[in-house]
This record gives sequence, structure tokens and C-alpha cells, in this order.
Amino acid sequence: MSLGPYASFIVTSYLLVTAVVLLLIAWITIDYRRQKQRLHELDASGVTRRSGRRAADIR
Amino acid sequence: MRAVESRHAAHAPAAVPRMTALTALIKRDLRIALRVGGGALIGVLFFLTVVVLMPFAVGPDLALLTRLGPAILWLGALLASLLTLDRVFAADHEDGSLDLIVMGRTPLELACAAKALAHWIAAGLPLIIATPVLGLLLNLDAASTSAVALTLLAGTPALTFTGMIGAALAVTLHRGGLLLAVLVLPLSIPVLIFGVAASQAAISGPLWFGAPFSILCALSLVSFVVGPFAAAASLRQGLD
Amino acid sequence: MTLIDLANPTRFMTLSARVLPWLAAATAILLAIGLYQSAVAPDDYQQGATVKIMFIHVPNAWLSMMVWGVMSLAALGTLVWRHPLADVAAKAAAPIGAAFTFLALVTGSLWGRPMWGTYWEWDARLTSVLILFLMYLGLIALWRAVEDPSRAARAAAILTLVGAINLPIIKFSVDWWNTLHQPASVLRMGGPTLDRAFLIPLLMMALAFSFLFLTLHLAAMRNEILRRRVRTLQMRQARASSSEVGSSSEVDSGSREGSASRPEFGSA
Repeated sequence: MSLGPYASFIVTSYLLVTAVVLLLIAWITIDYRRQKQRLHELDASGVTRRSGRRAADIR
Repeated sequence: MRAVESRHAAHAPAAVPRMTALTALIKRDLRIALRVGGGALIGVLFFLTVVVLMPFAVGPDLALLTRLGPAILWLGALLASLLTLDRVFAADHEDGSLDLIVMGRTPLELACAAKALAHWIAAGLPLIIATPVLGLLLNLDAASTSAVALTLLAGTPALTFTGMIGAALAVTLHRGGLLLAVLVLPLSIPVLIFGVAASQAAISGPLWFGAPFSILCALSLVSFVVGPFAAAASLRQGLD
Repeated sequence: MTLIDLANPTRFMTLSARVLPWLAAATAILLAIGLYQSAVAPDDYQQGATVKIMFIHVPNAWLSMMVWGVMSLAALGTLVWRHPLADVAAKAAAPIGAAFTFLALVTGSLWGRPMWGTYWEWDARLTSVLILFLMYLGLIALWRAVEDPSRAARAAAILTLVGAINLPIIKFSVDWWNTLHQPASVLRMGGPTLDRAFLIPLLMMALAFSFLFLTLHLAAMRNEILRRRVRTLQMRQARASSSEVGSSSEVDSGSREGSASRPEFGSA
């Protein structure tokens, strides 16, 4: 697949989009783990929710 | 004292029409703006600063300055009105009279419109009055300067009324000043575009002056409605 | 299943946990198909292979506006119906929309260099997207400036709606401004209608990116719900420990949510 004289521009664009999308996925995943971690810590220190369910109970 | 005055006006006996409350609000705002440390005139000073700095940046070439003149004047007026915008609500918020205005019987939307009108008279009109003088610095002739002044007259109300939305959103934030500028700028860009275009059309362009000028007026008219409603909603959510 | 059933955050967490893997899989498949189609698409007679940038630039531009539309709907949900998850949806969408807008700008710039010979061009489309990007940044700044989540939601909702009204005005203004100032015409891809060979990959990539947004948005909403739960529990914990220290007897541990004057405990 020949990308012509401006191949670097095409490749850079696609790489950039991939990078930003991966960054978004990474940020969301890390954030998820951080919140779960905090909920586990709160659970361990015995804080209860209004519904009586455990803090770390995601479902 | 000021708070008591406005509260008294807002809770006047039922026989007194609502107009009295609004005119009292306008008069009060005007008196404060023109009295307290020249708050309104700071805008004119800033306007002057921007216009004076431009030739230092662009070069003293008079032909270039003439061509850029309307743009420089409009940019200066926009930035100057941005500077004074947080005064619309901040002072009232600090001494508690904003809470009274929100709780008063006058509809908050009308109160916001009244405050915006007062702010425009105190801060916007001086800019327009200063324009002919500053036009001289930029080598604009009388006709051109009048054209710019006319477009400023039609466009600065839009800047004030839409800027009021940002001021209302940022009033409860402690360091809301910079955020205010960021919020307000996208709303001001259409006004800037059509203001300068109308000026250029009147001065030199092949385009008929009426087209961009009427759009400019339309933007102002729309802002008279959208501004107070959005500002009132913002104040209500910010103060409860 | 009505919208009001989804209003329960716990219910939403359960449902979204089940839906998310399928959405992610669908996104991956669609992206794979779209990328393949973009790769084998023919060259444009004017632009050559650089037309392939269009397949990622245009979907990002469309999405940048669509996400603002989603946030506007959420804003209505907050202000008019007070739907509990509207706040969460709006806050979660903003950074994702900003990212798509950024990508639209950058890919547009990289597309512009071969096409117009310059990295930046003040044409109507790029300029409008730049202003949209500024609006996204302002919105995100507003979200972070107010501590109480529900107050932040209402302020952001107002700004989102004002922005939504303003977007057509900006687009129209910049279009008009551009016709006034730019004598040269912008290169159009092969005429006013897009050839089928380019339209199919474009639509496929647009669909793939839409699914990508749905997946990311749903996941971000889940995070936001968890974040609020953490905040509530931390405040409850702080109140409980302060009443243990034995200050005032009116401190009620564990029933009502805290007010906006409570100190903030590191929730984003």
C-alpha cells in the first residue's frame, strides 16, 4: 500500500488518534481502579452506606 | 445602606408599580459604578492602553494603522468590557445585597437585565464616547470613526448581556476572574466578527454596511433575552 | 425499561457492567473493519493517499459536535427533570468530547499541510472547531471549579445549553467571516458529493467512533458514580470520627449528605 509523498502525515495522524484513544482508555481504567481501591479502604475502616450494603459492593 | 435602599424599593407597597424597583436598581448601580474608585472609567483607561500599545507592536506606519483601526478599536473595547464584567455581581455578592435581589419580589430575570443595562451605561457608553478620540491615534477619519462608534453602540450591549452570563456563573467562585474570561470569549467572537465587518463595510468594503450591521443588531437583541434568563438561572443555582 | 428505572445508580451500575463488554467488543470489531476499509480505499485524484486522513478527521469532527449534543441533553435532564444520572452523564462526557475535538484539530492540521501547504488555516471549519475546543476547556474548568457535585452540575448545565445555542451562531459567523476574507476556495474532495469508494469507509469509521464514544462514556459514567460514592462515604467517615472526638452532640453520623460548605476530600 503506497501512501504517496505525504506518507508521514498520514501515519502520524493515525498514530496520534490511536495514542489519544489508548490514553483515554488508560485514564478511565486507572480511575476505575483508584475508585475501587478507595472504596475497599473505606469498607475496611467500617463505613456503611445508607442502604446497608458494603462500600466496595459495585453491583 | 445600599442593601437597605434596594430592599426597600423591592418591597414597596403593592400599589407602586414594579418599574420603580427596576429603576431604583439601575440608579443604584449607576451611582455605585460612577462613585467607587472610578470602576467604570478603568475600562476606558484599559481601552486607551490597548490602542496606544498597538502601534508599538505593529509599527507607526499610518496606512497600516488605518487599515487595522476598526479591528484595534473593537478588540480594545471587547477586552475592556471583559475587564469590568465581574463587577456586575461581585460587589453585590460581597456585601450580601445579591441575596436580597435574588429573594426579592422583582423577577430575577428583569433584575439581571436592569443590572446589565446599568453596567452598559456605566462601562460601555464611555468606551463608545472615547472612540472618536482614539480613532485619531489610529489615523481614522471622522466618517470611519463614526462608523466604528456606531457598530460599537450596536454591539457592546451584546457583549455586556452575554458577558453577564459568565459573571453570574463565576460569582460564587473565589478566583473566578480568569475562568470568567474563558467562558465569555467564545460568546463574544460572533459579535467581534460582525462588528469589525460592519465597520470595514462602512469605511471601504464592497459589502453593503446593512448586512453585517443588522446581524450585529440581531445578536444584541438575542442577548437581551438569553442573557438575563441564563444569568438568573446561574445566580439561583449558585446562591442556594 | 423506562428511563426512570435507570435513574437508580446501583441499577445503572449493574446494567452497565453487563453491557460494557459487548459494547467494547462491538467497538473493536467496527474499528477493525473501518481501518481495513480505509487502508484499501483508492487514492483521490487530487489528494492522493492523504484522503485517508479524512477517514479519521471527519468522524472526530462529527463526534466533537455530537458529544456537545449529548451533554446538552444531559443538561436538560439536570435542569428540567432533575434526572439523577444526568449530572453524571454530562461530567463524564466532557473530557471525552474535548479529546475528540483535539483530535479533529490535529488531524485537520496534518491534513491541511499537504492540501493547503500550511499547518493551520483560518478556514471556517478549523476555526469553528478551535472555538468549540475552547468551549470544552471552559466547561471542564467550570466542572472543576465548583466543589459540590450537584451545584457544579447545574452551573455546567447552564453553560452547556448556552454553548449549544451559541454553536450554530459561531458556525454561521465564522463561515460568513471566512467568505469575506478568503478569496481562495478550499479544496473539496472530488466534488460536492463524495464518491462511494470514500463514503463507505468514512461512514464505517464514523460508526466505529460513535461506538467508541458510547463505550468510553459508559465506563466514565461508572467511574463518576463510584467517585461520588467515595466522596459521600469519606464525608460520613469524617463526620463520624469528629463526633467521636466528642465535639457537638448535634452531629448526626450517617443519615444526611453533607452540605456544600463541607471540606472537600480529594474527589476529582
